[in-house]
Amino acid sequence: MNPTPSWTVHSIRDALLAKKTSARELAKDFYAQIERRNPEINAFLALCPERAYAQADRVDAAIATGQPLGSLAGVPVAIKDVISTQGVPTTCGSKILENYTPPYDATAIERLEKAGAVILGKTNCDEFAMGSSNENSAYGPVRNPVALDRVPGGSSGGSAAAVAAGMSVVALGTDTGGSIRQPGAYCGVPALMPTYGRVSRYGLIAFASSLDRIGPFATNIADAATVMSVIAGHDSNDSTSAAVDVPDYAAEMEKSLDGLRIGVPEDYFGAGLDLELKAKIMAGIALLERLGCKRVPLKMPHTDYAIATYYIVATAEASSNLARYDGVRYGLRIRGDTLMDMYRRTREHGFGAEVKRRIMLGTYALSSGYYDAYYLRAQKVRALIAGDFANAFEKVDAIVTPTAPTPAFKLGEKTADPLEMYLADIYTVTGSLAGVPGISVPCGKTAAGLPIGMQIFASHFGEARILQLARAFEKAGGFSI
Amino acid sequence: MKISRDEVLRVAQLAHLELAPEEVETYRGQLDEILAYIGKLQELDVSGVEPMTQMRPQAARGPHHGAATTAGAEGATAAGAEPELREDVVVPCKVAEAVLAQAPDAVKPFFRVPKVIER
Repeated sequence: MNPTPSWTVHSIRDALLAKKTSARELAKDFYAQIERRNPEINAFLALCPERAYAQADRVDAAIATGQPLGSLAGVPVAIKDVISTQGVPTTCGSKILENYTPPYDATAIERLEKAGAVILGKTNCDEFAMGSSNENSAYGPVRNPVALDRVPGGSSGGSAAAVAAGMSVVALGTDTGGSIRQPGAYCGVPALMPTYGRVSRYGLIAFASSLDRIGPFATNIADAATVMSVIAGHDSNDSTSAAVDVPDYAAEMEKSLDGLRIGVPEDYFGAGLDLELKAKIMAGIALLERLGCKRVPLKMPHTDYAIATYYIVATAEASSNLARYDGVRYGLRIRGDTLMDMYRRTREHGFGAEVKRRIMLGTYALSSGYYDAYYLRAQKVRALIAGDFANAFEKVDAIVTPTAPTPAFKLGEKTADPLEMYLADIYTVTGSLAGVPGISVPCGKTAAGLPIGMQIFASHFGEARILQLARAFEKAGGFSI
Repeated sequence: MKISRDEVLRVAQLAHLELAPEEVETYRGQLDEILAYIGKLQELDVSGVEPMTQMRPQAARGPHHGAATTAGAEGATAAGAEPELREDVVVPCKVAEAVLAQAPDAVKPFFRVPKVIER
């Protein structure tokens, strides 16, 4: 059996219950696919076959004895390498954690396995999730399975590529400024960033704590909904996780779009947006209208300030969060004569260029004399950006935009200019700053065959609304519009 | 110019980074360009705007409140300011060995580092 993206959560369940395959057989097939495709794509940093087969055998035993199956029973899953997995190396794509193996599982991991998921391994990413192309990994870039000379997007490029190349059925990524949605767009797979607080961050290695979120990649909306129903919900180990009921996503997503108001903010369609891409997004919006949505023009006037705001807020938080890597308790240590020498040499050798750049920027923005001009001002503008969303959601049920201004660019194309790289996140950082959920769904391809992503935002805890729109769009052929 | 060479060195010192000489000028140029871009935040009038210091949406509290804009403002704001805290009870936490096993240099039950205090 050749694993291809055609395996879904539901087809696996059916095949397992009909005894057409076993969870072990399936895991074996996916490892074979990884062996075939990963050498050229570099999506995986570590594989954990022992853990995967042990879990697969548990699922197979449950089937043999007629026990009830979890909603992800036997489903092969790939995990971004910033999410802690007990006994499986977790490097964050950094040299500074090269030898680190977490002593505990993240809550999202625990929940996946409790639902029967089979974790295949850990996926490559930009170092500490800082990047938009996956070229900032200490373990080499990931290549886009759709076009190997192009980036898969970042920072969750490995997870997006693993799903797009049929090396995993679903995957977890993390999104701080676009790191789930943008690689989803570049690789042509649905990719969901949940509301801040919807999914526990316990065990997610922190980049920017007020922005970081865990969410799924899948090949179809139903699978994304199933993963969400497993990982969403309050966790007492994360004080920022929300005690808000988790809806029945599978039921909600099938509801009709009739009468839904979709906002189309002109601020997301201006200069800088690739015209070929713009045409497809417009066609996508027209399709949603034919499905019963009412289109509402919007203004979100602070959109243009989002990148500047994000790169202060996120780097300030990062400079604080990454202070823990000092060579004392875990990871790399470079010896020095004094404690201070050891800190400095460890951090200088352990961190890559982009991580150091962001630590420097964040430290500067927080430093005495600059705090008010940069950090405090950025937090105020963040409130204005969140206000744009709050105002919009008084008029509309969802907001539809492009996910990124261009399709996947070539490896090396933007590495010399950090600022140009940052602008790849121009349409995604807004929702990150506001805390609202957003998805990227495939919306056709360019003439050159590169995937295009359409982004849908909903208000806080509106994942069901997003899935409903995405599901109807998928059923109506929007993914290949 | 937004940032000088001396400021780059000062920031590196604050961040405990020992930059190589060639990195100092690279970062100075790149940070300068980024800070110039970020300067656009100065265009906005933010007087009277409260900084967004926490991420809990106002209506995110009770079940069935979908949107930040649908809940009663006062009650929701008051409740939204309170984090979701668990009961403060002692639970077993026998992870010391596993944690020390990750250390580059440990002598149970301590992490070992270069001498900090000179006699």
